[in-house]
Amino acid sequence: MSTKPAPTTDLAPDPAPEAAQDPAERHSTVRALLRLWPYVRPVRARLGTAAAIAILASCVGLVIPLVLKWMVDGPVADRDPAGVWLGALYLLLLGLAEALLFGFRRWLVARPLAGVEAGMRADLYRHLQRLPVAFHDRWASGQLLSRGTTDLMLLRMFLAFPLTFLLVNGVTILIGVGIMLVQDWTLGLVILGPAIPVMITCGIFEKKYSAVARRAQDQVGDLTTVVEESVLGIRIIKGFGRHRSQARAFHELSHTLRGTELRKARLLAAIWAVIVTLPEVAIGAALVVGAVQVADGALSAGTLVAFLSTALALRWPVESIGFLLAMSQEAATATDRYFEVMDAEVEADPVAEVEADPVAEARAAEGASRDVRPRGEARLPAAAGGLRFEHVRFRYPDAAPGSTPLLTDIDLHIRPGESMALVGATGSGKTTLTALVPRLHEVTEGRITLDGADIATLSRRELRSMVAVAFEEPTLFSATVGENVLMGAGEGAGEKELDRALAIAQADFAHALPEGTGTQVGEQGLSLSGGQRQRLALARAVVGRPRFLVLDDPLSALDVHTEAAVEAALRQVLADTTALIVAHRPSTVLLADRVALLSEGRIAAVGTHHELLRTNAEYAHLMSGLDGHGDDEGFQGGDGR
Amino acid sequence: MTAPTATAPERDQPEDPHGGPAEAAVRAADDAFDRDVLPSPPGATGALLRSLLAPRKARVVLTVLLLLLQQAAVQAGPLLVAYAIDHAVPALRDDDHGPLIAVGAGYLLCSLAAGALQYAFIAAAARVNQDVLLDLRGRIFRHAQALSVDFHERYTSGRLISRSTTDVESLRELLDEGLQELVTVILSFVYIAALLLWLDWGLGAVAVASFVPLYALVRLYQRRAGRVYRKRSTAIAAVIVKFVETMNGIRPVRAFRREAANDADFAVLNHRHERTNGDALLEMARYVVGSRLVANTAVAGIVLWGAYRVADGTLALGVLAAAVLYLRRLYDPIDRLGMFLNSYQSAAASLEKIAGLLAQTPSVPEPAAPKELPPPASEHPGREVVFDSVSFGYRTGGEVLPRFSLTLPAGQTVAVVGSTGAGKSTLAKLLARFYDPSAGRVLLDGTDLRDLAVPELRRGVVMVTQEAFLFSGTVADNIAVGRPEATREEIERAAKAIGAHDFIAALPDGYDTDVRKRGGRISAGQRQLVGFARALLADPAVLILDEATSSLDIPGERAVQRAMATVLKGRTAVVIAHRLSTVEIADRVLVMEHGRIVEDGTPDELIAGTGRFADLHRAWRDSLA
Repeated sequence: MSTKPAPTTDLAPDPAPEAAQDPAERHSTVRALLRLWPYVRPVRARLGTAAAIAILASCVGLVIPLVLKWMVDGPVADRDPAGVWLGALYLLLLGLAEALLFGFRRWLVARPLAGVEAGMRADLYRHLQRLPVAFHDRWASGQLLSRGTTDLMLLRMFLAFPLTFLLVNGVTILIGVGIMLVQDWTLGLVILGPAIPVMITCGIFEKKYSAVARRAQDQVGDLTTVVEESVLGIRIIKGFGRHRSQARAFHELSHTLRGTELRKARLLAAIWAVIVTLPEVAIGAALVVGAVQVADGALSAGTLVAFLSTALALRWPVESIGFLLAMSQEAATATDRYFEVMDAEVEADPVAEVEADPVAEARAAEGASRDVRPRGEARLPAAAGGLRFEHVRFRYPDAAPGSTPLLTDIDLHIRPGESMALVGATGSGKTTLTALVPRLHEVTEGRITLDGADIATLSRRELRSMVAVAFEEPTLFSATVGENVLMGAGEGAGEKELDRALAIAQADFAHALPEGTGTQVGEQGLSLSGGQRQRLALARAVVGRPRFLVLDDPLSALDVHTEAAVEAALRQVLADTTALIVAHRPSTVLLADRVALLSEGRIAAVGTHHELLRTNAEYAHLMSGLDGHGDDEGFQGGDGR
Repeated sequence: MTAPTATAPERDQPEDPHGGPAEAAVRAADDAFDRDVLPSPPGATGALLRSLLAPRKARVVLTVLLLLLQQAAVQAGPLLVAYAIDHAVPALRDDDHGPLIAVGAGYLLCSLAAGALQYAFIAAAARVNQDVLLDLRGRIFRHAQALSVDFHERYTSGRLISRSTTDVESLRELLDEGLQELVTVILSFVYIAALLLWLDWGLGAVAVASFVPLYALVRLYQRRAGRVYRKRSTAIAAVIVKFVETMNGIRPVRAFRREAANDADFAVLNHRHERTNGDALLEMARYVVGSRLVANTAVAGIVLWGAYRVADGTLALGVLAAAVLYLRRLYDPIDRLGMFLNSYQSAAASLEKIAGLLAQTPSVPEPAAPKELPPPASEHPGREVVFDSVSFGYRTGGEVLPRFSLTLPAGQTVAVVGSTGAGKSTLAKLLARFYDPSAGRVLLDGTDLRDLAVPELRRGVVMVTQEAFLFSGTVADNIAVGRPEATREEIERAAKAIGAHDFIAALPDGYDTDVRKRGGRISAGQRQLVGFARALLADPAVLILDEATSSLDIPGERAVQRAMATVLKGRTAVVIAHRLSTVEIADRVLVMEHGRIVEDGTPDELIAGTGRFADLHRAWRDSLA
């Protein structure tokens, strides 16, 4: 079972980031939608043509009743068979034209709109990959996903329908009303009567409806959370026998949702009742007035038929305005949600970090080729070389402004080729400290240098090509084992490097998988145990022979035998790599040349394991669990019982 | 005449991210789980739908009745037009206002009735839909909770979540938009065809005849669109998987500079979706053109023949007018029929998956006649555990634990060590009744675990695992999972006993800090401490710790051990750990290898011996020296 947040296409907003949206919601639908222009620009010609064609097709539809009138009043009244044939031919031609024009419109926009949707999605993905890690800490992947799927789909639908048809229907209504007024202005006015009340009611209901719809969306989100948690936390629920309280929470939420959905349905029903009734009443009135006029001879029977046909043809454009506006509203919300993410600022780099940038490319390549050379070849004198933290201070960007920083003043120098273990109590900030080196988080104050170069002056690309990382939570991507490991190497690394890395990480089990190193792993493939994933992540970190290595508790999920074997192999790698290793246990600490103790935001002590064990009470406590000086004799009996 | 979402454009179903591509990706395994096609008995989908609708049969009938009446009211319009032209107008010329007044009143009545019935219908239909969804959601939820851990491990969380979200959602769309649409369309077809036949059987027959090519078109579209839509949902699923994977693994993505490579991969997937998306839209365009062509040709033909006969004097003008008005209505909903077919197809696929899930029987069922545990034998709260000739293998084959018997006396702390895959966790899961043994019995003070109801079982045995999942809510809520009725004092006492109080107190709102909100950063080790506080609060007779201290530092581990020695004193405990420091507190050590217990003794005995444990222990002590 995967422990990461499961992908759901949940369209529900998450309370935290959504809170920031309130002011955004206030600005108008139109302003929100205008932001789509850059994406629509490339296809504006097609969209414009499509709209023009749709108007044309609608007008053709409006001409049909006129032909009908001509037939009824002309050939039919005159009993002229030839005229009837002609009229029918006209009807057929108009009908064919209408069908083809509507089809043409759809054909015109189908590919371009799919393109707009895909383009926006690619931009979103691209942008998200470059947003700071702190941003991702705050946003659940489900939230980002719903922006990349449901919201973009809504936008495509908006461009395909409401945008075009608000215009088309508007024009159609004007033309239709014009035709009716020209034919008989009294009847026209009768028909026109309910148009305004219908629109007003639509407007009122729409507002209420969108509020309820939003509430329903939020409740779906809450329900999804309960479902997600009940699945992800199944072992705890079962382990403590808590089915009932989960079921109760689910029951309550799903009943609340049902209530909201029913309220929503009643509002919808009311809108439709109005929309169905009023125009129908008007048509009935027109029929009565028209019949009187026909009886008086003031109106031809053909005109009445044509008139009623036209009125019927206009019913749809009028009715549709309500839901077209609702769709526009939804699209505006979707646009806001999309740009909420797109407006978040990506990390700026001193050297412009663009994929196509030849300078960055060349530098990165240089970095990669350097990696293949033997270790210990520092560019700068050894004194300044290695990995150095100078007065580093760090506070999470979302922490309360006045709070004490997590890291207050870190001063640490890891000499070139040296490996340093980092030890500290649970929650002391070890993982955070390691994240600063590849600049997954930015230091608040102070600086970190690699072989004398301030990491803030390096492009992230270059920096990350120099530093390899293995994280506490080993993530494998949906790819083959080989691809997952070789991600850590530069271009051109092959079988040889892969085998070497797998051997170091004691991950030779990979060769025994169904398809060897070509076996698919990750969410889509074979599921591996925590220990297996950890070893592959370790292989990924060492495969590129990086100059700097950052390992966050890399052996926590391994059993004792495997751990010992990995340590033996890792020692050789570490012999000439500058490394920072987060460690919880003496066995891991022993991998390193020296140990640094992280305590209360500072490096409290640096020395060898045995030195610190003797001289530093806090260290001895952390490593042996004893309060005094730790030696293995005292340890045996002193387990606190 | 139109349902709310009349021309609501086709929606794609952002489908189950785990369905489609899994088939392509997993070549190795031919397991139903991996292909996400759990077997469901034939007809299960239909049976599921029926069982959802059966309890609300009366409401369904009422809904259909309301729609029947509503359509009758709506379709009366043109008939009144015909009457007005053919009867009321001539009558008016004879100064007879009666028929016209009747027409006016009739039209008004029909309009009002149509509106009121529309309201009643939508409200009634929503009631049915929401009840069905509520029922279905609840069934999936309860069923998923009842299924064993063994099932959850193989089905994966993502699939289970998309069963209860995306799949329920696609059924909701079908019910909300599709189904009432379909009934409306069919009803209006039937009504109009009947009315046309009644007005003039010749014209009616032509209209009915036009259904033949239309039907062929719909079938053709259904087949072609079905193909395209399946491809599209596979394509979007691949996009979703890539997207989610990138966002969840953003740290390694950044650290290993995968951005550009990911952009390229994503572009390929995104483009594939763009193609199929375009294909789907074009397929719809073809269908619309085709159906419109047939419809408009039919209209022209009927008008030609009708007009000819009016000219002949064999048909009344009003009848022709009514026929023309009806024809417009007749062909209007064909576009929507296409959309209904789309939502039907995706809902059918979803229902099938849900039916497959619901067809799974829990492998760890609740007892039919639950028993109670006997009162504790001694003053100690711990209970005796007996594995009586137990063996265990997964249903798919492969024996994990060969037959063994084992007795853990009440109050004993037993450490289980061994390498990965030795069967330690399986042993623990049998004791926690996450699994049932394939043969033999697990007894708690002489009572088979299978005879205990869940609350009773959990008073007896509680298991703390490595992954300390936090539920949304406050830290206090999370600890209270151990015993929901616990007071704040008891919660704090548990946290203090485990050494978690200090970090909790340092959180922005202390025990009331929401673990999902800003500033609620809780490290892996801290989460494990919260997990322990839960166990402490639950206060079981038997406590199982499965790698429950893996992320703790040594002082944290010591605090846990202290708590077990004091707060949980006298309980029976089974401790599984990779680390030997954990073993120090044990009264007894079991070393497992390949599913068998190969060494069994007190720590001192084993250390003094020459077995595996002695070797391990020596190596470990060397690391401390």
